[in-house]
Amino acid sequence: MDNKVLDASGLRKSYGARMAVDGVSFGVAAGEIVGLLGPNGAGKSTTIGMISGLTPPDAGSVSVSGATLAAHEFLFKRRIGLVPQELALFEELPAAANIELFGALYDVPRRGLKARAMEVLDMVGLADRARDKPATFSGGMKRRLNIACALVHDPDVLLLDEPTAGVDPQSRNAIFDNLEVLKRAGKALVYTTHYMEEAERLADRIVILDHGRVVATGTPAELYRMLPTAQSLHVEVDGLVDEAGVLAALQAIDGVRRATIDGHRIEIALDDLARTTASVTQLLTARGIVMRHINSGRAKLEDVFLSVTGRQLRD
Amino acid sequence: MNAVFALMRKDLRLFFSNRRSLVVSIVAPILIAAFFGGLSAAEDSTPSKVAVGVVDEDRTPLSRQVVVALKADPNLEVTEGPDANAAASAADSISRASIKLPRGFGAQIGLALFGNSAKPQIELRWDPSQPMILPLIRGALTASVMRAVFDGGGAAMSAARGQAAVDNTLADQRKRDLAAMFDAIAKVQGSRPAAPAASAGNAGVDQGQPGMPFTTRETQMSTGAAMHYSGYGHAFAGMGVQFILFMGVDMAIGLLLMRRLGLWTRLRAAPLSRRALLGSRIASTAVIALIIFGIIYTTAISVFGVRVEGSVVGFAVVLMAFALLTASFGLLIAALGRTPEATRGLATVATLLLVMLGGAWVPSFVFPSWLQTVSLAAPTRWAIDGLDAMTWRGQPLEAAVLPVAVMLGFTALFSVVAVWRFRWEE
Repeated sequence: MDNKVLDASGLRKSYGARMAVDGVSFGVAAGEIVGLLGPNGAGKSTTIGMISGLTPPDAGSVSVSGATLAAHEFLFKRRIGLVPQELALFEELPAAANIELFGALYDVPRRGLKARAMEVLDMVGLADRARDKPATFSGGMKRRLNIACALVHDPDVLLLDEPTAGVDPQSRNAIFDNLEVLKRAGKALVYTTHYMEEAERLADRIVILDHGRVVATGTPAELYRMLPTAQSLHVEVDGLVDEAGVLAALQAIDGVRRATIDGHRIEIALDDLARTTASVTQLLTARGIVMRHINSGRAKLEDVFLSVTGRQLRD
Repeated sequence: MNAVFALMRKDLRLFFSNRRSLVVSIVAPILIAAFFGGLSAAEDSTPSKVAVGVVDEDRTPLSRQVVVALKADPNLEVTEGPDANAAASAADSISRASIKLPRGFGAQIGLALFGNSAKPQIELRWDPSQPMILPLIRGALTASVMRAVFDGGGAAMSAARGQAAVDNTLADQRKRDLAAMFDAIAKVQGSRPAAPAASAGNAGVDQGQPGMPFTTRETQMSTGAAMHYSGYGHAFAGMGVQFILFMGVDMAIGLLLMRRLGLWTRLRAAPLSRRALLGSRIASTAVIALIIFGIIYTTAISVFGVRVEGSVVGFAVVLMAFALLTASFGLLIAALGRTPEATRGLATVATLLLVMLGGAWVPSFVFPSWLQTVSLAAPTRWAIDGLDAMTWRGQPLEAAVLPVAVMLGFTALFSVVAVWRFRWEE
């Protein structure tokens, strides 16, 4: 990737004997959304902390549009908008005042600051609540205001740390729409979440962290191909099946990766449903098997996630 | 009932597991009780000496003997100034009273004792916040003067004898009677051992009491003869200091809450230096303190008659110094505190101790002497003393210098420790 706006390279951070982040590298291009996923304690927050300049790395470097934290701290920070997981809002200040405050902190000129505040409030759908205090807002409204505060200085990179935690579907979709707009505007976005369907919907590329390391990275399609079962066909049949003969015949079909039979249920793993489904059904019909119900499925990001990080509980 | 007991167990467990709250609940009442108990118990202990500045403008043997006798008084801590200005300055800054023996004192007092001559007038200035010291000073002064006159080795008697002999206002027979009396007194003085230093005790001196060989002109140290001490002046200084410190504690708790809510992290992500982050906090706290002080003193002046009798500039400088002190105190609490809940309790106890020691509740001059010394280590003592000096004591700008310097010193100390201990990362 040549047009990287954000470039994190070889980031390491340890707390005592515990290595929190161990050599994490990734980049984000303009107009790209990268999903940063990982179980609890995987090193996501530490990575975000290092990228945003909050946590000094033990090793490695971060640059935003060429500015590094070490050499140009303030310029670097001005190019980043941070949407923290916590609602970092002054509850007793009106919404517009919150945004104006953050605008002032990021050197947005006083002249035009009010207009800019209204612009970002309008973008997140809160223009009509500009004078109201966040204390009176719903959870979703506060989340949107949290994002607006990070946008007021028009950053190149937006770091979003679980920005939809605890919001209703309407607010979540509104936030997604906002992020799509930002993406089209050429912003580079890093998005951490525990909701896999969000990452699937939004992310152009996904970085999965575990134990402080990158354990998988790529587009969603690339990640699905890491699974033994990218797509699947589930067939319920009447009567008993000649198990050994049917299995051998199914696995001989081009595109079938694996097949199992459990009583009246046949599970078939495929590379491409559209290309192979017809061959499978023709074979079963030819062998006199009556198909009562056919169901197809695709691998999900959660399958990839659990595949690379395991099912063990993380606390 | 099981549910009730389970809930009670839960409450007890939570309460006793919070060690800081537990310490506050137990230590605070013990410390406050010890403080007030110590004040009342001090009645049984050695009282603190009254600091008195003395100016001897006469410089005669008799006046020197008066000064020596005053210094020997066990109830007084006498500081002698070389001239009126020096003594006045000493009296303003450290003394509770000042005594000035005028020129001609030695020559006048012998005749005044037995004749019709004008009595010398001793200037006695006293701290109006401590009316109980006035009779003590009067008694000590009377005892010292009379001792100097009668036990002073005959110098005064001899001088009086000579003066009486040439006094044209006296009849010849009166002159002869006085000469015989002086001779008899000298004979008695010469035949008895020296008396021990007497305590002033409660010997009262009345300005107009007949028979006394001198008169006193008593004025309040702070405001001059025409003005009077107002207890409101001290009360507003004390309560202002106390509640502004509480505001400082609130600002510190606010910072800890910002940490908890993630706001501090968010601010740190902005392109701001640490100096800007903490400096803005100090500045805003100081400005709030000044605004509160302004409102408090506006009320005190307009409703309760408190006046800035001393230097207005000094008053403003003392207020500013205390505002900065409050800001650094708040920052120190925020740096040392962990959770808002536990920190609030500990900070409240610390604040109460500071204001008690500073004399906000009970004026520091009623403290036992050891506690008066200890209280000098409390910045609040200097704040209250500085405000007192600039308001009802009517002191000049110079009197604000030391309190301001001490407060700024504490401000620097608190700030250094706060920055050193401040946790930048969560």
